[in-house]
Amino acid sequence: MSLALSLPETDSRLAKVTARDVNVHYAEKHALKHVDLDIRSNEVTALIGPSGCGKSTFLRCVNRMNDMIENCRVTGLLTLDGDDVYDRKIDVVQLRARVGMVFQKPNPFPKSIYDNVAYGPRIHGMARDQGELDEIVMTSLERAGLLAEVKDRLLEAGTGLSGGQQQRLCIARAIAVAPEVILMDEPCSALDPIATAKVEELIDELRENFTIVIVTHSMQQAARVSQRTAFFHLGELVEVGDTEQIFTNPQHPLTQGYITGRFG
Amino acid sequence: MSEHTVKSYDEELAHLTNIIARMGGMAEAQLAAALQALSRRDSDLAARVVAGDARIDELEQEIQQFTVRMLALRQPVASDLRHIVAALKISSELERVGDYAANVAKRSMVLNHLPAVKPVTAVIHLAKLVQEILKDVLDAYIERDVEKAVRVWNRDEEVDDMYTGLFRELITYMMEDPRTITACTHLMFMAKNIERIGDHATNVAEILHFLVVGTPLKGNRPKSSELDGE
Repeated sequence: MSLALSLPETDSRLAKVTARDVNVHYAEKHALKHVDLDIRSNEVTALIGPSGCGKSTFLRCVNRMNDMIENCRVTGLLTLDGDDVYDRKIDVVQLRARVGMVFQKPNPFPKSIYDNVAYGPRIHGMARDQGELDEIVMTSLERAGLLAEVKDRLLEAGTGLSGGQQQRLCIARAIAVAPEVILMDEPCSALDPIATAKVEELIDELRENFTIVIVTHSMQQAARVSQRTAFFHLGELVEVGDTEQIFTNPQHPLTQGYITGRFG
Repeated sequence: MSEHTVKSYDEELAHLTNIIARMGGMAEAQLAAALQALSRRDSDLAARVVAGDARIDELEQEIQQFTVRMLALRQPVASDLRHIVAALKISSELERVGDYAANVAKRSMVLNHLPAVKPVTAVIHLAKLVQEILKDVLDAYIERDVEKAVRVWNRDEEVDDMYTGLFRELITYMMEDPRTITACTHLMFMAKNIERIGDHATNVAEILHFLVVGTPLKGNRPKSSELDGE
């Protein structure tokens, strides 16, 4: 094979998720406008912007969480590894196994710690026997940095853990089904700084195996955890770039205004 | 640039610019006074310049403390971050300018104990050019005028050329009359100091470019001739 093959202009080779002219309407409201964005594999992409800018709406498009919202209409092309996420043939349950999600408020099931993590693998029939299931649960808790803290009380209720532990339990639950992409919607906003630091450290480790998209209101957090940052404003993607560039030399005046606290 | 939602942040940034402006003004005044002390053989004035350097050093300390505090408390990004880092760096440049001015003053006191020599005029001529450049770059800083800064940056070559000429002139003078060697050697160091002030002004121009544009000033700065005695 020739090495002289010309590479595509964008780095779409590395793109795990691509959005092309994605629009979202909630009834009459045009919530997301003509968004083109590549989410690269094994990177953390932070979506930032003021409330109502469309960042969470975009996030929810990726695993079709918006399907559950009445009057929500998504147009344009959104692909995961080249597959059209909105293709009618796509099994949404399978899609959400490939694209996991962690929410703002930790939301463990009212079940034991073990069952919280085992829930997804059971549904998707990922384990042939109890031994395999145990293995998945333990590995997931380990990767979520929670195992040491909970290994002696796996049968206790997940809701009995501290907020930070609950959030890491939710991350363990998300990774138990071996997703490719993890979406995080302000995963640390309910956590104290130490729990936040643990989750951020975890995000950094998870990047090795997963592609992560995080919505955050904390610009410092976006700066700390992400490699790419995308800035949304009034439903439009204003600027996307390497996090370092966005925070040292943003090109768009709106980005500059927002991240330096000069907005509106 | 519009204002921060948090007003005190703007005030702190303005405060930084103010201190730099004051430091710059002081550095200019110190250099002017040192040159006056040289041309008028005024040792009292020279002594005041030497003593006055401490005030510039104090301002540099103030900038350093203030910027560290801002970095810790404001966690600045983008243009704010560049503003703060630039102030920190420019303050060191101006502190050096102050040191060189004080050194010129100190040497002028020594010269006052020796018979006057002719090349003093040429040193002052070189200094006039450097004073212009220093003034321009400080104005450019206050006005955030990148184009002016780039013009300053390009003028460093003029300084280097003039310095090289002066170097030759001093050597010729010393060869003709070895009794002037002591005085001329001091003048040579003075000229070198003044030429260095020009370099620091050029550095300020580069920092200003980074502050405003966010990228380094590209290209090679005109290099001084190999004949500059180093």
